[in-house]
Amino acid sequence: MTETQGPHRLETKARLPDPDAAYRMLVEAHRGLSDEESAALNTRLVLILANQVGDASLLADAIALARRADDGAPAQPSG
Amino acid sequence: MAGRALYQFAYRRSPDQDAPLPVRRPVVVVGAGPVGLVLAIDLAGRGVPVVVLDDSDRIGEGSRGLCYAKRTLEILDRLGAARPCLEKGVVWQVGKVFQGEELLYAFDLLPEAGYAMPAFINLQQFYLEYVLVSRLASFGLAELRWRNRVSAMEALADGVRLTVDTPDGPYALEADWVVAADGARSTMRALAGLPFVGEAFEDRFLIADVAMEADMPAERRFWFDPPFHAGRSALLHKQPDGVWRIDLQLGPDADPEAERQPDRVIPRIRRMVGHDRFRVEWVSVYTFQCRRIARFVRDRLIFAGDAAHQVSPFGARGANSGIQDAENLAWKLARVVQGRSPASLLASYDAERSAAADENIAHSTRSTDFIAPRTPQEKRFRDAALALARCTDLGRRMVNSGRLSTPSSYRTALSTPDADGETWTGGCTPGSPLPDAPISWRDGRTGWLLEAVGGDEVLIEMGETGIALPEGVRRLRIGIDVHDDQGLVAARLGAPAGAALLVRPDQHVAARWKRPEAAAVAAASRRLNGWTEAGA
Ligand SMILES: Cc1cc2nc3c(=O)[nH]c(=O)nc-3n(C[C@H](O)[C@H](O)[C@H](O)COP(=O)(O)OP(=O)(O)OC[C@H]3O[C@@H](n4cnc5c(N)ncnc54)[C@H](O)[C@@H]3O)c2cc1C
Repeated sequence: MTETQGPHRLETKARLPDPDAAYRMLVEAHRGLSDEESAALNTRLVLILANQVGDASLLADAIALARRADDGAPAQPSG
Repeated sequence: MAGRALYQFAYRRSPDQDAPLPVRRPVVVVGAGPVGLVLAIDLAGRGVPVVVLDDSDRIGEGSRGLCYAKRTLEILDRLGAARPCLEKGVVWQVGKVFQGEELLYAFDLLPEAGYAMPAFINLQQFYLEYVLVSRLASFGLAELRWRNRVSAMEALADGVRLTVDTPDGPYALEADWVVAADGARSTMRALAGLPFVGEAFEDRFLIADVAMEADMPAERRFWFDPPFHAGRSALLHKQPDGVWRIDLQLGPDADPEAERQPDRVIPRIRRMVGHDRFRVEWVSVYTFQCRRIARFVRDRLIFAGDAAHQVSPFGARGANSGIQDAENLAWKLARVVQGRSPASLLASYDAERSAAADENIAHSTRSTDFIAPRTPQEKRFRDAALALARCTDLGRRMVNSGRLSTPSSYRTALSTPDADGETWTGGCTPGSPLPDAPISWRDGRTGWLLEAVGGDEVLIEMGETGIALPEGVRRLRIGIDVHDDQGLVAARLGAPAGAALLVRPDQHVAARWKRPEAAAVAAASRRLNGWTEAGA
């Protein structure tokens, strides 16, 4: 990642032992929710996870990655 | 306006108006608001003759500033104006934040004892201004001219010429230095053609002063989505004279004219307080802005207070920061006028108070955006923080109903960095405001550190260092001149025996040493007075 300035790097390699299960957990958390309820749940999740990350420069990197991913640009320009 | 204090002053013709040529003054301050008045008092106290011009001749119309912070009170105390404010004001330090009917959390702004001044007092701004006007009147060097409105300005090579309109017609007045403290709608800013740039917030807020008997403690109460004002926010503060300040968010579409009318205001307040036994003393509908001019010093014209920067009221950073502008400027301008410092010292006023303005604007913008989110997703973030606040610290720490005014620490060329090889843990880093602490004088009377430091350049020594002092620096030996009976001076300064701190005339720390030496102290003193090493 190019953005990283802080002591830690944003990890873009998969870290979860079972990514499929984690993904499934997120999907299931939203089952049966309206769009608005889903958006609210996600927003709470973002705040909880941001706190868990606990590092503003990592958070900035994550925001940058999330933005870029939507542009269709390669997610890892520098490898 | 029943029950509202109003002080009326008289216009008096000045001999300057009859002078054949414009009279030249060292310093003219435009605007007798809290900032101009504090500046004038501080300047006069430092021996600088000062003329203050104000377009009005009365105090007490409308209601604005309310909460004055500990640092402001410390400044007022140094200027001999704190006592009447403390006697009249409502002291508070606890804030409570509610969502709906539920208490989300409470905060204590001064959990530890051992300070002369409280965390905050609430006091109607007109009382503060009246105290300041009275204090200014006790200085022979200061003159306050009511109904003197500056209407034109011309920059001179070494000063400024003002055209001043009075009931007797206009006159010209020149000054070596002019300080524009003429408020958010500054004429001086317009005359100088300076853009006032920043953000405007769309939401409208109803601000009312309400007289009623209420059995509520003196604390700041803030509600998100209260039952009496669904979907919006509310703020309640206790003021002197049995008056309460109520601040209700109205949303962006509210009609300001209609919302000011009693048929709208009274039911809103009735829903909030739950009864009819109140009298609305004053009401207004505001939108808020956060903006500033790019540079506070333009040759011989200097801007301070709301004329230089404006914030939304959440956090009470308007007058509190403007008064800190005034104290930052006063000693520097006094030294320049008296030839004790180069005019370049004033660049540090611009640098230090610009950075402070940015800090205050950032805090105030974040609070206002939290209270009045701009987009549906911003509102979701806000509501998520509120929901999490009910069960977690992480949520509570994100809830922002206003971060209340604290003094800035200056990262400034006037500070001397800590010496190599001296490691300090905590304490007072150079640039930070000196904390107060209890002391006792030699005769046993109790007192305060800030009182002992006063407005001089002071070397605080932990014990006796015996080093020679540069001219203009006063020595304050802890343990000899004053005693640190409770050990709080040493603890708050983080200073071991034998250490020394050099304090600026505005009570900010300029330098500190564990093993002070005369040459280092002299160099730091030259530096804080604006003499660069090369020029020394
Ligand atoms: C609703 C509300 C609540 C607030 N609450 C707080 C709070 O709790 N705490 C806090 O710290 N701040 C608060 N503020 C902000 C505070 O009121 C201002 O920051 C403060 O008044 C700024 O002081 P000043 O001296 O810079 O300007 P002002 O108080 O505006 O004074 C400027 C003076 O200049 C005079 N003047 C203007 N033009 C001319 C001219 N051409 N010639 C001569 N004189 C002129 C005016 O008559 C006026 O007397 C609040 C503001 C509002 C609106």
